[in-house]
Amino acid sequence: MTSPNFAGRNARRFKAPSVIPGFGLTFGYTLLYLGLVVLLPLAALIWRSSGLGLSGLYDIATEPRVAAGLRTTFFISFCAALVDLFFGLIVAWVLTRYDFFGRRLLDAFVDLPFALPTAVAGISLAALYAPNGWFGEPLAAYGIKIAYTRWGILVALIFIGLPFVVRTVQPIVAELETELEEASATLGASRVQTVLRVLLPPLAPALLTGFALAFARSIGEYGSVIFIAGNIAYVSEIAPLLIVVKLEQYDIPGATGIATIMLAISFAALLAINLVQAFARKRFGHV
Amino acid sequence: MSESIAAGVPAARRRARVRPVTQDSPFARYALIATAIAFLSLFLLAPLAVVFYEAGTKGAAAFFEAFQDPDARAAIRLTLLIAAIAVPANLAFGLAAAWSIAKFSFPGKSLLITLIDLPFSVSPVVAGLVYVLLFGSQGLLGGWLTAHGVQIIFAVPGIVLATIFVTFPFVARELIPLMQEQGSVEEEAALTLGASGFKTFLTVTLPNIKWGLLYGVLLCNARAMGEFGAVSVVSGHIRGLTNTIPLQVEILYNEYNNVAAFALSVLLASLALVTLGIKTFLEWRHADALAARGRRH
Repeated sequence: MTSPNFAGRNARRFKAPSVIPGFGLTFGYTLLYLGLVVLLPLAALIWRSSGLGLSGLYDIATEPRVAAGLRTTFFISFCAALVDLFFGLIVAWVLTRYDFFGRRLLDAFVDLPFALPTAVAGISLAALYAPNGWFGEPLAAYGIKIAYTRWGILVALIFIGLPFVVRTVQPIVAELETELEEASATLGASRVQTVLRVLLPPLAPALLTGFALAFARSIGEYGSVIFIAGNIAYVSEIAPLLIVVKLEQYDIPGATGIATIMLAISFAALLAINLVQAFARKRFGHV
Repeated sequence: MSESIAAGVPAARRRARVRPVTQDSPFARYALIATAIAFLSLFLLAPLAVVFYEAGTKGAAAFFEAFQDPDARAAIRLTLLIAAIAVPANLAFGLAAAWSIAKFSFPGKSLLITLIDLPFSVSPVVAGLVYVLLFGSQGLLGGWLTAHGVQIIFAVPGIVLATIFVTFPFVARELIPLMQEQGSVEEEAALTLGASGFKTFLTVTLPNIKWGLLYGVLLCNARAMGEFGAVSVVSGHIRGLTNTIPLQVEILYNEYNNVAAFALSVLLASLALVTLGIKTFLEWRHADALAARGRRH
């Protein structure tokens, strides 16, 4: 049974009997709204890109400027997700395991990238790292340029992806059983050994999930990146920006092609997340 | 989540002569705390602080002047209008979806939940693009729309649709797990005692889900007012007509009008802070009335 699309006449057999009313209305509305707002527009994209064919998609992806954009997006998103993985684990650990002044406030601020509009994040990061900015000026003294280079993209994507890692890992750190640590210490393991061989393995699925979520989000990110990236063709253009550029040139097939490739990658990431979680449930009994 | 464990570590323990085996050495602890604080300050707090700083560089008069501009006012009005349409639309959908998914059992449920989550894994720019492909002048329905004098792309309806798309899952994904956890025993009791379906919803279900509902609406609203990528693709950037606050910020910034750009950003950043504040309050005070949190977004 793969599709819920057969309500209607068989509704009574389709759902299990229940005294609660309103199934037809709410289920019908859910399908209608989902279909009109999400599925129909996405179908338009798939229909358009099927007109291009695989060879058409390949031609678009290997166009030098597009290929450079896709490479930039994937490579820097990967690096940003790695940085988030490392610092996200430390932040999740510190916020869960230790108590210190300002912990709750800091904990609340971790969600800032979710709440702050991306355009605002974009211009404030650009202002920070610009040659005359708070961070840009001292760095410029050492000859380091962040804003309007690929490093700027990295900074923006680190900002965007951080909460995904922290919020995925935090609940699992909270659930770690002290008994395991005690047993490990009793059996003669040093603290470092305990951390590496007892505490980290159950965190691995959550870390992987957080990494994949941050990576997937970074690939699609637009608003926070374009202000700081400088958007130099072949150097610091990201794939979503190329969609906008193609649209402005009325190159609808080009825009569709890039969008299809990005969509395929995000679905692959989503699938990977689900596989990791299914594995984690089997192996560790939690997500 | 985090509170329970941290609260279980009394401060007095630090004074104990023998460190418990489950605690890290003081050196490791302080090094990790310092790293976390430094990282969060550099990457989260500094970008937030610079918004307020830049908005104030030319003094209060320049700051408030930014809001006198007719285009800025039009952008604020449009943003409020968009949120006023998109948030209730997704609220109604979220309630319907959660009711049908949580209160009934039918095949294909997990597929349906996956489809509801779909907009979160689509790039905002792609979300805008799909509506251009559907309603734009070269789009599937573009010819028919032009013939009937209906404009969706580069007009307000397109902005509303793109905003609804990107904020689509917020309410539903908060309510579905919450209502699944709560089950339907209370509703069944009310119905057995003779309450109508609608009355049951109003007097039994709604009080049980109100905090979760508020939580979902809050996040939905913050995103609806702050959305940039999707809206940027469908808006056409017509000043005073199809510019929302984030788009107006972009225009002002690109014109090197920093004070005005950051003044409008202060508005959006304040919205984000209020959202975070209420969200934190709900998680602290009403944690048991929210869906259990594993993965949040």
